[in-house]
Amino acid sequence: MAKKQAVSFKLNGRQVEVLVEPRELLIHSLREKLQHTGPHIGCETSHCGACTVDLDGMSVKSCTVLTVQCQDAEVLTIEGFEQSGELHALQEGFTQEHGLQCGYCTPGMITRAFRLLKENPSPSEEEIRYWMAGNLCRCTGYQNIVKAVQYAAKKMSSAHT
Amino acid sequence: MAGSTDTIEREKKLQGLGSSRLRKEDARFIRGKGSYIDDIKLPGMLFGAMVRSPYAHARIKSINKAKALAVPGVVAVLVAEDLKPVKLDWMPTLGSDVQAVLADKKVCFQMQEVAMVIASDRYSAADGADMVEVDYEELPAIVDPHKSMAPGAPVIREDIAGKDEVGHGKRTHPNHIFTWEAGDKAATDAVFAGAAVTVREEILNPRVHPCPMETCGCVASFDKVTGQLTVYITSQAPHLVRTVVAMLSGIPESKIRIIGGDIGGGFGNKVPIYPGYVVAIVASIVTGVPIKWIESRIDNISTTGFARDYHGVGELAADKDGRIKALRFTALADHGAFNSHVSATKLPAGLFSICTGSYDIPKAYCRVDAVYTNKAPGGVAYRCSLRVTEAVYLIERMIDVLAQKLSIDKAEIRRRNFVSADKFPYNTSLGWTIDSGNYQAALEKVLKAVDYEGLRREQVQKRAKGELMGIGVCTFTEIVGAGPTKVCDILGIGLFDSCDIRVNPTGSAIARLGTMSQGQGHATTYAQIIATELGLSSDEIQIEEGDTDKAPYGAGTWGSRSTPVGGAAAAMAARKIRAKAQKIAAHLLEVGEGDLEWEVDRFKVKGNPAQARTMKEIAMAAHTSNLPDGMEKGLDATEYYDPPNMTFPFGAYVCVVDIDRFTGETKVRRFYALDDCGTRINPMIIEGQIHGGLTEAFAVAFGQAIPFDENGNHLGNSLMDYFLPTAVETPHWETDHTVTPSPHHPIGAKGVAESPHVGGIPCFSNAVVDAFAHLGVTHMDMPHTAFRVWQQCKALGISTR
Repeated sequence: MAKKQAVSFKLNGRQVEVLVEPRELLIHSLREKLQHTGPHIGCETSHCGACTVDLDGMSVKSCTVLTVQCQDAEVLTIEGFEQSGELHALQEGFTQEHGLQCGYCTPGMITRAFRLLKENPSPSEEEIRYWMAGNLCRCTGYQNIVKAVQYAAKKMSSAHT
Repeated sequence: MAGSTDTIEREKKLQGLGSSRLRKEDARFIRGKGSYIDDIKLPGMLFGAMVRSPYAHARIKSINKAKALAVPGVVAVLVAEDLKPVKLDWMPTLGSDVQAVLADKKVCFQMQEVAMVIASDRYSAADGADMVEVDYEELPAIVDPHKSMAPGAPVIREDIAGKDEVGHGKRTHPNHIFTWEAGDKAATDAVFAGAAVTVREEILNPRVHPCPMETCGCVASFDKVTGQLTVYITSQAPHLVRTVVAMLSGIPESKIRIIGGDIGGGFGNKVPIYPGYVVAIVASIVTGVPIKWIESRIDNISTTGFARDYHGVGELAADKDGRIKALRFTALADHGAFNSHVSATKLPAGLFSICTGSYDIPKAYCRVDAVYTNKAPGGVAYRCSLRVTEAVYLIERMIDVLAQKLSIDKAEIRRRNFVSADKFPYNTSLGWTIDSGNYQAALEKVLKAVDYEGLRREQVQKRAKGELMGIGVCTFTEIVGAGPTKVCDILGIGLFDSCDIRVNPTGSAIARLGTMSQGQGHATTYAQIIATELGLSSDEIQIEEGDTDKAPYGAGTWGSRSTPVGGAAAAMAARKIRAKAQKIAAHLLEVGEGDLEWEVDRFKVKGNPAQARTMKEIAMAAHTSNLPDGMEKGLDATEYYDPPNMTFPFGAYVCVVDIDRFTGETKVRRFYALDDCGTRINPMIIEGQIHGGLTEAFAVAFGQAIPFDENGNHLGNSLMDYFLPTAVETPHWETDHTVTPSPHHPIGAKGVAESPHVGGIPCFSNAVVDAFAHLGVTHMDMPHTAFRVWQQCKALGISTR
């Protein structure tokens, strides 16, 4: 067992510090040390996207990022989406359009869709499907997930105009 | 006087039956506040990691724990010998067999559980698992079920080699599990002997895995002082788990609490009892602290409940007009090394006998021979009821084969064979009574919606140009809602279900059920049923499931049984409450019970609707002193509902595919699904379930199969290899419905979630094969990957320019 190392980063806007072995994965630090159990573990091979978080403006699968790589980073997880009791447009969209069933993939889906809408505020259905292809869902058939993202895109763009 | 606008307004407020109200459970899921198994953290909790066998068949000569125990953080290493003092080394399976919890002197499939390392955290546990030294002597493995019962084949299950029965009848070979049959063999054979036309195909339902996004796991916590065992678990059937744990451990069932919190998808994978659960329980008893065991994805795909592996033979006998006279279906079922496939004890492969489908077939016979092989156990009914998918796949493929042989259109041959709407309830030649149906109306609606004639004309034109276009038709009948306890039980426990409703003084209510949601939206659906029955808002009706200390006994959620059985229990419990409420209302209004009528949320006096008592008022009254003489306080009721029959939802699907003959790639151009699940409770939720089921059907038809090499090595147990469709390849779904209520269900509902899976798979296959029908192809096995379809094109000589 290697020596532990302190890593500090911003998690949903709040500075946190965590003591980890160099091999510790971000998903485990988030879930087991920082009590952020929103991101889930589904595959451990970066295929399912249930553990997706936003790291310095990029979607990453936190099951294949080492926590030590996150020094001084800014990390956004599903827990950071609701602001002052207001749901994010994506959270609202997933409910309104029935974009979830068991809810296990949902935090990763919302986090990934957040990055999509940052980069492309009005994506086409095809663009949404390609952008979301790293996030697997076994329950919904994706159609309503696409609609949920479209709902949020529409709501966010009307808020800006 | 209450006008109709007022009534409609009140109905709307209740958001009861038929309302597409948004889901109550979403609030926590969209915030990342669900409580799945790996989210459970108890004080002092240790973590268990499995040591698994690299061989499919091997003798264990010795296990050396020393190096593992020296790893920092490792607390204990448990092997089969350590489970023996607590008599938890072997467990009964839900398929009437026994299974080694940890391999006992011998391993029978690759990745079999050999030891569990208990450590302070998951990293130390994994380190420790790597250091356990197991000395194996490899034995020859049986991979092909066709070779399993050959004379001289290696005996897989030495522990039961001499037994001539393992719960389901006589065994004819040490690797034979059971033979199960239904129908009249002699009469069927006689029809075949004299038939004008017969067709026969070998049809494989390959081994697949349900693969829910959350893997299996548990947190077991044994309190040495009180003797109380609490287990948080990924289970679709918490009460059955409690019973099995009590049977195994000798701990009184009343001291065992099983809690299924949020479950990240089940699809049948989370019905069986897995060794990991049992070892975690033992480890907690031994160490006195809570133990968490969570599978990796590789563990999940390679060792927990696979599905299918049915090597079928379908035969139909018909007259020259395509009217089917008899059906003969047999299957060789590969059950792996332990028969832990979930089955009703009286029906080991029972619902395979729904294989007459939507058709009026006078004579039928079906038989399943189940065998052991050196593969993982736990064949589950993946998004279906106990082998319905296999049955429907066989009949829906075979009816197409017959149509091709007779040059009859594939929709037309179905029309000629449907059970007509005036024949329900209809008794099938294999012994089931189908409650209700209207198959032809469903098919005609779909054909019109997709312009079937137009599609067939387009296909003719495309074929003339050498292009491959396929039109798949599937008209299926499902059998869900297990089930009447007279035919359906597991471990002897009847498959009834239950609901316990308590109405509070202020008119809100809590209902607890024996079912268990894994994403189906029960908290919303059940609340809607109760809302309509009780006239209370579904917003104020709280639903709880999955905690055996709170919920009444029930068989859980699988095989689309929640609405047919749990939903019926909810409606019946609510009706008991309403009957009592009527007595209270009569007392308060000083009229006879018969002078009252129910309207949305109140009892009103006939002819004087201004004189009324709302359910909320009655709820308060039930907790006051102003009750009829001798009436018990409160407004509660419990119902244990044993359905009189299964329910039979049905559907008509059409799929259009275009196939690139140079690459073998199939594009699903259109998929139109009409489902009839009887009374619709929440159309939004139903549509969501259909989307999901179709997507899982698409995955099975176009990519899923679990391959093994000749030594029993699993060749694809991570999501790098095992196909789960993404948003990119998943087709767009069109949905539609008709409504044919079940006559025996309290609200006429039939259940829906597995229909799109059961009906979708043959529809996709029928479309792919149809693209080649003009070239004389009658059958191609799934999965229809580009490579395999390209191989077909190559064999036909159409893959080059």
